[in-house]
Amino acid sequence: MAGNITEVTDSSFEQVVIKSDLPVLVDFWAPWCGPCRAIAPVVEELSNEYGKKLKIAKCNVDDNPKTPGKYGIRAIPTLIIFKGGEVSEQITGAVAKSQITAAIDKVLG
Amino acid sequence: MTENKVHDMVIIGGGPAGLTAGLYAARSRIDVLLLEQMGFGGQLLTYERVDNYPGFPEGVGAFGLAELISAQALRFGLQTRNAEVLGLDLGGKIKKIILSNGEINARTIVIASGASPNRLGARGEIELTGRGVSYCAVCDAPFFRNQEVAVVGGGDTAVEEALYLTKFAAKVHVVHRRERLRATPVIQEKAFQNEKISFILCNVVEEIKGGPEGVRGLLLRDRRSSEEAELPVTGVFVFVGIKPNSGFVPSEIQCDSQGFILTDQEMATSVPGVFAAGDIRCKQLRQIVTSVGDGATAAFNATHYLEEHFSE
Repeated sequence: MAGNITEVTDSSFEQVVIKSDLPVLVDFWAPWCGPCRAIAPVVEELSNEYGKKLKIAKCNVDDNPKTPGKYGIRAIPTLIIFKGGEVSEQITGAVAKSQITAAIDKVLG
Repeated sequence: MTENKVHDMVIIGGGPAGLTAGLYAARSRIDVLLLEQMGFGGQLLTYERVDNYPGFPEGVGAFGLAELISAQALRFGLQTRNAEVLGLDLGGKIKKIILSNGEINARTIVIASGASPNRLGARGEIELTGRGVSYCAVCDAPFFRNQEVAVVGGGDTAVEEALYLTKFAAKVHVVHRRERLRATPVIQEKAFQNEKISFILCNVVEEIKGGPEGVRGLLLRDRRSSEEAELPVTGVFVFVGIKPNSGFVPSEIQCDSQGFILTDQEMATSVPGVFAAGDIRCKQLRQIVTSVGDGATAAFNATHYLEEHFSE
């Protein structure tokens, strides 16, 4: 995993995402999900481009079932942007990078 | 990102068709660049296994096959770039590919941008996507362990994915609008033998019901009696055909009424120097095996076009 992407678990979610000062984009994924693999390079690019304005985290739903359950996630990949601990934007499925950057820019204002 | 350089060939799309075009072009030692907006593999990445691609008598994992195809193309020096194509400017002898962050020049273009799943068009579908409505069984089946789900559709993909879902779900209802399935007989046979699968034929989905907690059920209408009935399920997997990824394709490239690109048998489109390959083409059989054939043919003919129009 790239240096700018944090791996988040059920137990670290509160600390890493909910209490974060920066907005956080969380990529909910699993190893058996092809479209998750497909967008992985896009998420990696975003982590380089948005650098210090946005934290980027990945949550493996296989190892961490509680967090996706809490947010009603029943499809992956799902990208959620959290701001101030709340869900601000949510994207389901492998979508074009421009659609993700549009959501990020909306949250960053 | 805008380059002054002119590539001999630019391939749009990194699924089996685009990667095979890239393999053939790279082996021809022309200057070829493949553009893909995500990882390599295209729709292959939404499947679990492939049983109808020759050379793998026991079948092959879909991810594994995607990796093998891309590794083979890369071994011969295919250059690739992560890029989103917004449009094409085909006015001059040198064609321009317009990206979200610049432009690229090419002497020939191979369009292999593939297709995406159709939506069903039922009420509630968009609102509940990701909350029980899914277009990828391999991705989302594990969220429905021991639950009752529906598959909508009657083709190969619908029936194969219903079979895959039986590994997780307690019960899988296949809802199809026609009287008979359209899937290949060998796939149908497997499904008929599976006790977890039931078939609801001659029925259409009027509405997907649910709320913030997710999908609760389907409102079905029987096309014979026009009677409506509810089917309680927590998941709905939609496999009702595909639509072309052709948003960037300009109007001078002739397409059919659905937007699939028309080509001749050499994969040439209506614009000289522009070729198309794979699921983006208007054709009957959309399979990995036909896509790779298209890709090879497109690259071969594009190389000929280069020799005829650009050699000194």
